[in-house]
Amino acid sequence: MINLKIDNKKIEVPDGSTVLDAARAANVYIPTLCDDPLLEPFGACRMCIVEIEGHRGLPTSCSTPATEGMEVKTYSSTIEVNRRTTMNLMLSDHPLDCQHCVANMKCDLQYVAGYVGVREQPYEGETRSYEKDRSNPFYVRDLDKCILCGKCVRACDELQGRQAISFGYRGFETKITTPFDLPMWDSTCESCGRCVDVCPTAALYDKSAEKNGLAMEETRTTCPYCGVGCGLIIETRNDKIVGVRGDRENSVNEGHTCVKGRYGWEYVQHEDRVKKPRVRRYLLEGGSKPKSARESEDNPLWDWVETSWEEALNITAESLHQIKKEHGSDSIGFMTSAKCLNEENYLMNKLARQVVGTNSIDHCARL
Amino acid sequence: MSNYTAIREWADEKTADKTRIIVGLGTCGIAAGGNKILEAVEKTLANNDDIKAEVVSVGCIGICYKEPLLDIEIPGQPRLSYGSVTAKDTREIIQNIFLDSKYEHKKTLATINDEAFAEIPSWKEIPFFAPQERRVLRNCGFIDPEKIEDYIANDGYLGLSRALLDMTPAAVVEETLKAGLRGRGGAGFPAGRKWSIAADNINAYKEENPDSDSFGYIICNADEGDPGAFMNRSVLEGDPHSVIEGMTIAGYAIGASYGYIYCRAEYPLAIERLKLALDQAREKNLLGKNILGTEFSFDLKLKEGAGAFVCGEETALIASVEGLRGMPMPRPPYPAQAGLWEVPTIINNVETLNNIPVILAKGADSWAEKGTEKSKGTKTFALTGKVENTGLIEVELGMSLREVIYDIGGGIPDGKEFKAAQTGGPSGGCLPASMLDLTIDYEALAKAGSIMGSGGLVIMDESTCMVDVARYFLTFTQAESCGKCVPCRLGTKRMLEILTRITEGKGKIEDIALLEELAPSIRDSSLCGLGQSAPNPVLTTLRYFRDEYEAHILEGRCPAGQCKALITYTIDEVDCTGCTVCARACPVDAISGAKKELHIIDTDICTRCDTCRQVCNFDAVLVA
Repeated sequence: MINLKIDNKKIEVPDGSTVLDAARAANVYIPTLCDDPLLEPFGACRMCIVEIEGHRGLPTSCSTPATEGMEVKTYSSTIEVNRRTTMNLMLSDHPLDCQHCVANMKCDLQYVAGYVGVREQPYEGETRSYEKDRSNPFYVRDLDKCILCGKCVRACDELQGRQAISFGYRGFETKITTPFDLPMWDSTCESCGRCVDVCPTAALYDKSAEKNGLAMEETRTTCPYCGVGCGLIIETRNDKIVGVRGDRENSVNEGHTCVKGRYGWEYVQHEDRVKKPRVRRYLLEGGSKPKSARESEDNPLWDWVETSWEEALNITAESLHQIKKEHGSDSIGFMTSAKCLNEENYLMNKLARQVVGTNSIDHCARL
Repeated sequence: MSNYTAIREWADEKTADKTRIIVGLGTCGIAAGGNKILEAVEKTLANNDDIKAEVVSVGCIGICYKEPLLDIEIPGQPRLSYGSVTAKDTREIIQNIFLDSKYEHKKTLATINDEAFAEIPSWKEIPFFAPQERRVLRNCGFIDPEKIEDYIANDGYLGLSRALLDMTPAAVVEETLKAGLRGRGGAGFPAGRKWSIAADNINAYKEENPDSDSFGYIICNADEGDPGAFMNRSVLEGDPHSVIEGMTIAGYAIGASYGYIYCRAEYPLAIERLKLALDQAREKNLLGKNILGTEFSFDLKLKEGAGAFVCGEETALIASVEGLRGMPMPRPPYPAQAGLWEVPTIINNVETLNNIPVILAKGADSWAEKGTEKSKGTKTFALTGKVENTGLIEVELGMSLREVIYDIGGGIPDGKEFKAAQTGGPSGGCLPASMLDLTIDYEALAKAGSIMGSGGLVIMDESTCMVDVARYFLTFTQAESCGKCVPCRLGTKRMLEILTRITEGKGKIEDIALLEELAPSIRDSSLCGLGQSAPNPVLTTLRYFRDEYEAHILEGRCPAGQCKALITYTIDEVDCTGCTVCARACPVDAISGAKKELHIIDTDICTRCDTCRQVCNFDAVLVA
């Protein structure tokens, strides 16, 4: 363990901690825009500068390892002046349309600018202007809002291992880009959305966010798709889902998701979604099954009819029983799903082998 | 007999008593037409069977303004040098010397020797060479850089043999520390100290990772990128083995068995010669396994950089060697702790490494005799700009700027006034005439607001606008900023915009305050040396030439007459003879006037290209 002082507050932190980690442990706020505890320190935004006794200049707390006996100052007039200049520079090339921005009230840049306290814009000059990249079906890339913190690049590399994007060009022209500057959809992006998740501004945002205001409720749950069991946070507003993100507190995925978990939720509130069991009318009311597809087309007996779970299950059980009797156990196959719990899969196995008596059972995760 | 003695004897024998015709074929020589001279030499020899001589091409000897150079060396006589030669001169000189023993020629420069010969002065009597102290450039222009025997016969690899055969690695580090050699890349960190930190880290790394493929690396930073600087290029082109030897010694000292030379791809000749030198060194067992029959093994790889200025920064350079985008990373960890592939690494500049063999061969005490208390040894400079004699020079540290500019450089051409000396390239500053007696050493330059840098030295005269100079350097740093950190990416952009505004006559008096607010903030908050030093040209010009800024803003006037938006061209009614030369020369037809009558410039059409003033034979064109 390392003992150090942050603004005269004594704090003990584990070996390998940075000064920023220590400040967070000591509950001392240091503004930062490019740091993320899940990513390697980068030192790009220059907001987290501090003064350290015995160190020259203004080291960045995100990249400086905490050492025994260190004395750190997180504010001084020098620090404040430099932070303000840096923030002013950042805002001199950032659209100031906060009220119309999808990141309004959840924007890190907005928050840090508020903390630093910028009141005027002394540096007028050229601003960057790019066309929004809407090629990806799930998210939008708006480089005009990009502050080049590099979090998306690092998340794509360090967390998703995809390396679909990187820094390109130099100087004022520097931007985050795909290989050969192609549209996002033509890159190797897998649409996991981690870049959108870590973006501190609206340089990357979900298309779903364009239609909605702020989410007002959040629900912690498990992803319904596969057997990994990623933790998700479902963002809702008026009982409607407006967004989904990975749960950072969940040890399974530490905030990570795949494209399905993050973006495959529209079915939940889709009007075509089947919410109650349905059976064909002939099974419910009697009558014979239509013989061919053509015959079934206008046949009212072929219509779907909503029914109770009990009725539906009874019909299924009876049908299975009938088939087994007429054609034998091996004429029936079972397919189960990664969306089911282990216990449910176990019971499916029992049903196939013990009740029906067939070994023809498989699972979607094996395909 | 040690392995070195054998190699040395082989080299001595191979190079002894040779009649040589030498052509300067560094990049500067080639640019001045050196290849045509080489052709002329070969043709002359082919036409005169009696003349027996070896034709040799060498690197730059430094006196660039006299290129192309032709030298003749006959055993028993001093080497004779001829400058600005043409193919015709070449034929004459060779025939005169070899057929008629006539040494004087209208293109005679000097003997490259301490003594005069046949009424030809020694180069020590030539002002350009007299005050110089050639140590780094000891072999440049003397040896054939493509022949290892030439290097060895001039004490090459002697330092390495001393280190490997007579000294422990710790003793080599100690010797470097004792010499007081400071990093020649610009920052001036003591090389010995860097090595000793790296040696400790490599030992620790070995203990922690005994199964690792490599325990440490040495990298030679040959990513020279300052505008107008060509010291490293000349050394690599003229004396590639000196860097290889320096790196091998460094590898031995710190315990690294592998190294990289990071050389920019824009130096094709340097790369070609380095590749050849590496092969030759391997062949002679001066690189590779069990060097000179000792236990020590070391090898080098050449890595071509893609020409990004920021890759001269250590962490960006390492990223580039690893195949990543050249972007600096915050320190710690320092490269000496976790550098290339996360292994302890030291990075030394070409010139630093070039000094190492001399320190080992001659001893630290002898090496440290030159220089000042805290800045030992010599330093090369690429002397360029508004100075009579341009070229590559090497002086003892502690020499004054005045001596360099007026003695070696021969002063300012065309009777103009000296205005400023720019050291350290885009990271350095502009020093005014009042600082001419400043001594060239790390501390004095830093105190004056500039830096030693890697050796760019640009001289400016009264016709240079200092605001425009600051703008130029900011254009460079802005274009070369990697874009990672905010103060550098956007701060240099905003400073550049302000400076451009001022040079265009649109400046406001508040702009000076904005620059004074931005510059220190960029210096103090940027991530790497590029951003931290980018404001230096602005800070120094504001400090020493504030009146020029004020003249642009308050009086709408460019004192140097350079900023096109702020100057007007007129023709003096008394001096104009109506000769029509200016009207005919004007590229935009802005000048009207009948023959023998006063000519008039239409300032709306005039593009201020300065052609009329240059062609006027009566000094009748006025700029205000």
